[in-house]
Amino acid sequence: MAKTIAEINEKIKKGQAVVVTAEEIIDIAKKKGISQAANEVDVVTTGTFGPMCSSGAYFNVGHTKPRIKLGGGKVYLNDVPAYTGVAAVDVFLGATALPDDDPKNRIYPGEFRYGGGHVIEELVAGKDVRLVATAYGTDCYPRRKLETLISIKDMNEAVLFNMRNAYQNYNVAVNLSDRIIYTYMGVLKPKLGNANYSTSGQLSPLFNDPYYKTIGIGTKIFLGGGIGYVAWQGTQHNPSVLRGDNGVPRRGAGTLAVIGDLKQMKPEWLVGTSFLGYGCTLTVGIGVPIPVLSEEILRYTLVTDAEIFAPVVDYAEAYPQRKPDILTEISYAELKSGTIKVQGQEVPTASLSSYPGAVEIAGILKEWIKKGEFLLTEPVAPLPGVESGIVFKPLEERPIP
Amino acid sequence: MATVSKRLVLHFPKRLTNEPIVYKLVKDFDLEFNILKASVTPGEEGLLVMELAGEQRSYDKGVKYLTETGVKIQSLSQDVVWNESRCTHCGACITLCPTGAFSVEPKTRKVTFDNNKCVVCELCVKACPPRAMELYF
Ligand code: SF4
Ligand code: SF4
Repeated sequence: MAKTIAEINEKIKKGQAVVVTAEEIIDIAKKKGISQAANEVDVVTTGTFGPMCSSGAYFNVGHTKPRIKLGGGKVYLNDVPAYTGVAAVDVFLGATALPDDDPKNRIYPGEFRYGGGHVIEELVAGKDVRLVATAYGTDCYPRRKLETLISIKDMNEAVLFNMRNAYQNYNVAVNLSDRIIYTYMGVLKPKLGNANYSTSGQLSPLFNDPYYKTIGIGTKIFLGGGIGYVAWQGTQHNPSVLRGDNGVPRRGAGTLAVIGDLKQMKPEWLVGTSFLGYGCTLTVGIGVPIPVLSEEILRYTLVTDAEIFAPVVDYAEAYPQRKPDILTEISYAELKSGTIKVQGQEVPTASLSSYPGAVEIAGILKEWIKKGEFLLTEPVAPLPGVESGIVFKPLEERPIP
Repeated sequence: MATVSKRLVLHFPKRLTNEPIVYKLVKDFDLEFNILKASVTPGEEGLLVMELAGEQRSYDKGVKYLTETGVKIQSLSQDVVWNESRCTHCGACITLCPTGAFSVEPKTRKVTFDNNKCVVCELCVKACPPRAMELYF
């Protein structure tokens, strides 16, 4: 029996909706069968909690007296530069931004202890940050300098805006070279010393809706411990990759751009993160509800770690040189077992995204919906799917005449 | 006679940083040492991480001497501390730690840290993404 989002919302309001996590639904469907499970269950919740570099926040800090035009000037939040190429008192802070005096990788491997992601975490935690700005001065905005403490409460708007999050599948990173390498996939030991992956597998949002049939623009989600929305497809959204029979991409595919009011988020779900020898970022918690509109949708949510495959890529040579080679494909069940076999060698695995975090997020979202605090939204437009014909383009350089 | 070999963190108060303490350990107590890490600035507090080895009796005497002169001794395992509230249980430390001090609970996939196994190589301290591993002196 097909359901609509409006019908599910009616049940949520009455406290009658049946909500389970993407882990729980697997056993429920095994016991009850797909059609009964599809009838009984209204919403399946998903979650992911991992480093997501395309994250940032924009702020309206309010007008000073006399006024200052931050737009076009320079702004630092706790010494981390924010982008000012917008209106007078709006700034954008990216998760990977670093203080000007950070040694970066000059002292290799750099530690990157503090950057934009850490500032965002501190702001969300309610701490004061130092806002230091210089401007060029105009007749209407005469002030040239500003140094002040500011907290998120003092700001008019503090909005998390992440242009590429919740990747649908990702590489498993290994290192075939004979030296240690420092990457955004963590520290990789030489000669296949370890393998790092980063998704929550069977709990991950886009694995449970592989063709974006319910998740679209406007979908209300758990974002950073508060409420957010899918704003658009994420950058590098690439639906047309190799997929398994279950529709699940075998390569990095769809992504989500997400947005939400930073003021109601929580520091435990937006964690400033450092990658040795690589840089800073933000670890972001995202949970997406999937309305069980039909048996088909339910079937997608039954995907297990054993049925999701990720490509193993050499980050010493193939990845940096943009070679298409993959070493093998490995299921998430194998990855989670702690060791995988690559080129005949046993390789210990580790994750960068937190599975316990994903479980917790899917659980929190489930509780919100069950208590009637979180209603589902109808997407206002779909995300581009396989039919969109989107082709993921690398940058082919052209000489400047 | 049994011999021992232990890894210790020695904290020297200001007044002792100019004293030939390690020399005495060798000369008077016949102990062998291997310095793993040192930061001794004259006139300030000093820190020495070392492996101390020798016969049990001499070892005990040496340690007694250290304590009596005012050196604070800490066993090495207390040096790296897991700040559980910052740990996201990602698991990135698991394959990095050379001594297997971290393990994953298979069902919940939560990470635990056994500081008895830690040899303070500091790899996890720098590589833990949210920097949940803290180095304490
Ligand atoms: S790398 Fe750090 S955050 Fe991740 S599990 Fe280990 S201690 Fe926890
Ligand atoms: S400091 Fe080294 S030995 Fe100690 S827990 Fe970290 S990685 Fe393991």
